[in-house]
Amino acid sequence: MANTQRPLSPHIQIYRWQAQMVSSIVHRATGIALAIGTVVVVCGLLKLAGGEASFNEFRRVAGSPIGMLLMLGWSWSLFYHLCNGIRHLIQDGGAGYQITQFVRSSWLAAIGSVVLTVVVWAYVLSAGGAA
Amino acid sequence: MNTDKVVVTDRRHPIKIARGLGSAYSGVHHWWVQRVTAAALVILGIWFVILVLGLLGADYATARTTLARPWNALLMIAFVLTMFWHAALGLQVVIEDYVHTRWKEVFALVAVYFLAVVGALASVLAVLRIALTP
Repeated sequence: MANTQRPLSPHIQIYRWQAQMVSSIVHRATGIALAIGTVVVVCGLLKLAGGEASFNEFRRVAGSPIGMLLMLGWSWSLFYHLCNGIRHLIQDGGAGYQITQFVRSSWLAAIGSVVLTVVVWAYVLSAGGAA
Repeated sequence: MNTDKVVVTDRRHPIKIARGLGSAYSGVHHWWVQRVTAAALVILGIWFVILVLGLLGADYATARTTLARPWNALLMIAFVLTMFWHAALGLQVVIEDYVHTRWKEVFALVAVYFLAVVGALASVLAVLRIALTP
């Protein structure tokens, strides 16, 4: 902190939690999680380029229980950031800024991300299970 | 003409408004690139998820020949470049918002962009190896 002698504005612990602020916080948090997840994309491509043995190693790690759990987290993060990102692009166009619309679209993005995650993982678990 | 009634309301030089670059001297460029990469990632992200789901349980040869197809290789390179670009822009905003010590902020920003460039180049190199070597 540069200068803490000046008066500070109230921070999140002061405010009542509401959809508007949670959607903003979660959008940022999932963005950071996905930025870390880019490492997995690079690893997958490098391991596939590296030959059969290295790719099988990647498959084993990604398909392990911890790997699957991380994939579940990253897949939900991706779908949330995708749904809420589309919401933000629409808002950047100037639409949906009435409070009722804003709250509704916040919930719509959250529900959409859960639905997409459930659908994708139902497919993953029905069509062969582990990667 | 009576010049006594002229009231100066804006002391900024007109060139400053004409350039439209604001106090950060970069205008809305960062904002725009973040939105354009976001729009691209809506399409490329959905394509990436569908590709990965199609490769579930695939062995090495299947995965490699699938990614080596021209359209898949092209879209994968587009995806990783856009992904790292968007990630760096997003992390930049987070760092600028929360890191208040100047040298730590600059260090973190440079580190993010170094890592993003290394990640993007490594990904492109890997896709080229997959696409161009048997």
